[in-house]
Amino acid sequence: MSGNSTYEPKTPFTRWLDARLPIVRLGWDSFVDFPTPRNLNYWYTFGGILSVCLMVQIITGIVLAMHYVPNIDYAFASVQRIDRDVNYGWLIRSIHAVGASMFFLAVYMHIFRGLYYGSYKAPREILWILGVVIYLLMMAAAFLGYVLPWGQMSFWGAMVITNLFGALPLIGEPVTQWLWGGFTVGNETLNRFFSLHYLIPFLIAGVVVLHIWALHVPGNNNPTGISVKTSADTLPFHPYYTVKDGFAIVVFLLIFAGFVFYAPDVLGHADNYIEANPLVTPAMIVPEWYLLPFYAILRAVPDKLGGVILMFAAIGVLFVLPWLDTSKVRSMRYRPMARWFFGFFVVSCLGLGWAGAELPDTLVPVLGAIGVDFLLLGRVLTIYYFAYFLVILPVLGFVEKPTPRPASIEESVLYGDKPAKSGSGAGAVPAAQPAE
Amino acid sequence: MNKLSKLLAVAAVTVMVAAPAIGAGYYRSPEPYDWSFEGPFGEYDRQAVQRGFQVYQQVCSACHGLKHLAFRHLGQEGGPFETVMVDGVEQSYANPNDNPVIAAIAAEYLISDIDDIGETIERPGRPSDMFPYPFANEAQARAANGGAYPPDLSIIVRARHYGADYIRSLLMGYDEEPPADLDIRAGSYYNPYMPGMVIAMAPQLWDGMVEYADGTEATTEQMATDVTHFLAWASNPHMEARKRMGLMVMIYLFGLAVLLYASYRKVWSRVKH
Repeated sequence: MSGNSTYEPKTPFTRWLDARLPIVRLGWDSFVDFPTPRNLNYWYTFGGILSVCLMVQIITGIVLAMHYVPNIDYAFASVQRIDRDVNYGWLIRSIHAVGASMFFLAVYMHIFRGLYYGSYKAPREILWILGVVIYLLMMAAAFLGYVLPWGQMSFWGAMVITNLFGALPLIGEPVTQWLWGGFTVGNETLNRFFSLHYLIPFLIAGVVVLHIWALHVPGNNNPTGISVKTSADTLPFHPYYTVKDGFAIVVFLLIFAGFVFYAPDVLGHADNYIEANPLVTPAMIVPEWYLLPFYAILRAVPDKLGGVILMFAAIGVLFVLPWLDTSKVRSMRYRPMARWFFGFFVVSCLGLGWAGAELPDTLVPVLGAIGVDFLLLGRVLTIYYFAYFLVILPVLGFVEKPTPRPASIEESVLYGDKPAKSGSGAGAVPAAQPAE
Repeated sequence: MNKLSKLLAVAAVTVMVAAPAIGAGYYRSPEPYDWSFEGPFGEYDRQAVQRGFQVYQQVCSACHGLKHLAFRHLGQEGGPFETVMVDGVEQSYANPNDNPVIAAIAAEYLISDIDDIGETIERPGRPSDMFPYPFANEAQARAANGGAYPPDLSIIVRARHYGADYIRSLLMGYDEEPPADLDIRAGSYYNPYMPGMVIAMAPQLWDGMVEYADGTEATTEQMATDVTHFLAWASNPHMEARKRMGLMVMIYLFGLAVLLYASYRKVWSRVKH
């Protein structure tokens, strides 16, 4: 899609087809001859891993929908029937449930990689924004899907999340009732959640196509953040990256299979094997692990509406990130201060997840000695989360002095990440270049 | 920078140490037991599952349902009566409906049904019938149990934190004096393993109350262990098939990973990287 196509149809049929629907050419230019920076590391394999995750979820989901009954009286029993009586139903359901977690594991790796190497910066803003849209859709799909087995956590999770909309002034109550399709979470809610849960993966697939399209116009970013300058900086996608991605995908599948076959319940919550009961509130309502950081942000604010706004702002801020980071240097490899703030950012996201899993007034181990409970921890980390995007990244661009960078990707591959010494023949150290 | 790394290391260790405590609440952690079904190669002990089924039938089933299970499940692959002794010969049945032991178990139950002329009848159970629920409805169950609703046991081991260890400890956890500050009302019992430490279920297992078909001595601990073993099977009937398939899948994927890594090295040896 960028540059000239090198595809040459070799048979009469492919010549005939190419003149009418150049779909083979599209595939060739996108996944065979596509020029890819030669220095991509394993952090860059998560894109391929994520497309495998999406396909696995869609295929297992379609089979599960053949056996699942979206009715509050039968949903829980139908899931039990899938586990007990449907041929390999236990396997398919386990893959689907574990698959949701693996999908999020991979997407978090993918997002953190983008944050570290500055993949959101020009000319990849649209690519990044489409990625955030996919992430939002994934969260919606995961939440809706978690409601379907109609266990205690399904029901009460749906209750908590839908009630958040009740915090909106004036329209809160009608919006909540519109989402429910009634006056509480009930059969109508389950039916529409099932319908939407089936819809969203196809929306995701559509945005993924746009995401890949937006990737293939500017091409991949890379660990140096330096733009591709000559063909010596790149390798054709196939076979170099098909084989590298393939290896990474299989290693990922090993971990995936480890959970599916040896610990299918460890990522879920035991309470969801208790059938939903509107009259019994679980001792603790917690979302799945991948949504816990947002739960901690929600609870960090004493006001309900404020919490809801902040929770959505935590994702909203990602949309404007390309314009918040003022540094001319993409990769944090050459940003001595930013990489530390990034490290703390990763730690604070993990800490928020931990805070989201605990009761707010529980004391934090070790820090509890000085009176720090999980509410306070959550608040401090929430402040850091927003400060990273709204204060640190905007200011760093002005105060940070980037370390010298190699002149090109080729040079960084051949001579290491330090700039070439004079006389090495690889060109002089360039002055700071815009947007690298 | 060095200090920082140390601080981060401490934080990471804290997370690892504290993680198991998540969701613990106010009750005693159950006593760990060395189950035969634990671990990547663990299997159910068929004898223990059979004995546990006997305990369920003779004790638990008075109040607790098993509504997601049918009699035929007992004779399916991985079930306690998959292979049975018929006239002194060990037999296995691909179709549990043909299994005489399953048929005999089912026939001991009376199942309400509707006959050809629309009359409500009670007939002997068949292997395809689901386990009958001990009460007519939830209200009757509550009325008979001082307001408490005995939970269904079909997936109880998966539905509780600490799974089998919790169930076993709970069943044996009645022999202690309650702490002075705990208010135990009539019809409630002290059990330190129950979240909140107060349980509506009276102690159920007494030494020798079940006469095991295989002659095992029926101590409280033996019965608690056996019935938990049965309930673990009921919650996860395909566990053995899952682990067997898992082994094959892991071997296959590992081999594929080795081949792909070798291909990767070969392909990339053409270029400097």
